[in-house]
Amino acid sequence: MPAQEKPLSNTMRLHEYQAKALFADADVPTPSSALATTVEETVDAARELGFPVAIKAQVHVGGRGKAGGIEIAADEAEARTAAEDILGMDLKGYRVERVLVEEAVEFTDELYVGVTMDRGEGRPVAMVSSKGGVDIEQVAEEDPDAIAREHIDPAFGMYPYQARKAAYRAGVPAEVARSVASVLSTLYDVWETNDASEAEINPLMVTADDEVVAADGVLNIDDDALFRHPDLADMEEEAAEDDLERRAGEYDLDYVRLSGNVGIIGNGAGLVMTTLDLVDYYGGAPANFLDIGGGADAERVENALELVFSDPNVDAVVFNIFGGITRGDEVAAGINNALENFDELPKPLVVRLTGTNAEEGRALLTDRVDTEETLEAAVKRAIERAEEVAA
Amino acid sequence: MSVLVDEDTRVVVQGITGGEGRFHTERMIEYGTNVVAGAVPGRGGQEVEGVPVYDTLDEAVTAESADASVVFVPPAFAADAVFEALDTDLDLVVAITEGIPTQDMAKVYKRLSEVDTRLIGPNCPGIITPGEAKLGILPGNIFEPGDVGLVSRSGTLTYQIVDNLTSEGLGQTTAIGIGGDPIIGTDFIDALSLFEADPDTNAVVMTGEIGGEDEEEAAAFIDREMDTPVVGFIAGRTAPPGKRMGHAGAIVSGSGTGTAQSKIDALEDAGVPVGRTPEEVAEHVADLR
Repeated sequence: MPAQEKPLSNTMRLHEYQAKALFADADVPTPSSALATTVEETVDAARELGFPVAIKAQVHVGGRGKAGGIEIAADEAEARTAAEDILGMDLKGYRVERVLVEEAVEFTDELYVGVTMDRGEGRPVAMVSSKGGVDIEQVAEEDPDAIAREHIDPAFGMYPYQARKAAYRAGVPAEVARSVASVLSTLYDVWETNDASEAEINPLMVTADDEVVAADGVLNIDDDALFRHPDLADMEEEAAEDDLERRAGEYDLDYVRLSGNVGIIGNGAGLVMTTLDLVDYYGGAPANFLDIGGGADAERVENALELVFSDPNVDAVVFNIFGGITRGDEVAAGINNALENFDELPKPLVVRLTGTNAEEGRALLTDRVDTEETLEAAVKRAIERAEEVAA
Repeated sequence: MSVLVDEDTRVVVQGITGGEGRFHTERMIEYGTNVVAGAVPGRGGQEVEGVPVYDTLDEAVTAESADASVVFVPPAFAADAVFEALDTDLDLVVAITEGIPTQDMAKVYKRLSEVDTRLIGPNCPGIITPGEAKLGILPGNIFEPGDVGLVSRSGTLTYQIVDNLTSEGLGQTTAIGIGGDPIIGTDFIDALSLFEADPDTNAVVMTGEIGGEDEEEAAAFIDREMDTPVVGFIAGRTAPPGKRMGHAGAIVSGSGTGTAQSKIDALEDAGVPVGRTPEEVAEHVADLR
């Protein structure tokens, strides 16, 4: 199930205003709106649009409304107060730099439409629910029948009848069923054209005169397909709230920050995850996940070490390489390069090198680092060293 | 004995003239793999490591009677290379390439249902029958012939576990890396069925990780269909929800599915011992003796 704060795959998340602009280009009805970065811009935009307006924080956080990131303003004074409240606020760790000012839609009903990849089926799935406006994951859990699903043949795309079938089966009001189907068809096209992983409109509002309007929008793009969408790649705005995660992004390293004190670097997602698990199993606490990937060269290794050394929470580092396409001598050279920048080793470093060219690699390493033969021994040693430092 | 590949498998390498293609072709030949051809558009008539290169896969397969291919083609062109392979009479296609767009793979997956060819991967280390042949990038020297089958979603973690097996004196019939992407050609159940049908495989190690529900479905299959004992390992017990751990598929989604614990529970309920460390996996296999 798509949800804004939990992307299902390698994903570049667009902001609401970016997603809606793409939806509007494809003729999905969206409210009139303007983007603002200051209080004055917000008030001007609101006056231009006409009251009431919705003022919405543009950050990658789910549940913005509950967290205070969305306010309705009935006049200029309220718009000013709302802009002052929201711009610059900290929303679940993200600083709000922009708001979307939007004509407030009067609605009689809230629906949900979405398209995502059903990985179990290996096919796209289009979804409609008459229970929009709430967390769709919650609907899926509590009342799965309230979501009508239609699997799509990726070679042919969605047939119009499938969109109608989903809309009628979801039990949307008969007066708007055909409009909902049309929005779903368009949403599928947008999803496919942009190599999206998820596209959703929640809520899709129904007005008193039976129009449908996309009141919120999510569009997440498959990272692996960005090479053929340079225009979308340019739309990426700084998302990581964490300085280390942001720098890892610049180095193009797969990095996730955690809360412990044992830094972990390795090659291959499964093996790095296992190293995390072993640190936990032997009584330590992992500070991060860092996968340098397959075939990493010395520079990548140096960047990875520099990054983890710079984490103030890290007391010791375990560096575990099982070389297949990654060569032990390249890794050792990278470790040596990284260490040259320091007169004194900033944190204890335990290295375990095995596989391709591991012997050559071990021969290059100096006695500034601890070396171990097995994964288990390396993990245990790193935990001990971290305890010594922390003590 | 083995599954899917052996010393007689005639292999064509798609993308043999690229850096990785060339490097691993050399390693595959060194290991004893019968690499009979390469296919790269515009490079017909050349040779790599003494192997003739053809412009199209069709030519290569016809001229050299190949029955399997390994794909080292860059991500932007990889799905096309796999389609090309599925439109020949090959029995097996092994796609090593990492980073193929998911929507491309959905189209490949659809095509797979219409042909008899088996796809392993993408984003996988490949397949090896120790002492006979390897198709992919696995380091051959850590494997030993034996009677343990291995199926894994991960690359380097496979090597780690094989290393533990081999040092316990537990050799392998065949090891299959099925890949870490959300959409893959051969899943756990396919691989487990092959091992169940192989008279020389007396135990199977299955290495999974967080994300998706494939391990849970595999557990149900083991419970229902398998006589050969299985030992499990699941990576990602300490992974926090909502954070993707490297692999496109490795993420615990919000609603609690795809967690390591749900996979471990499913496997243990199916009578599959699950090692907490790679060392323990080897010990569990040894205990079956």
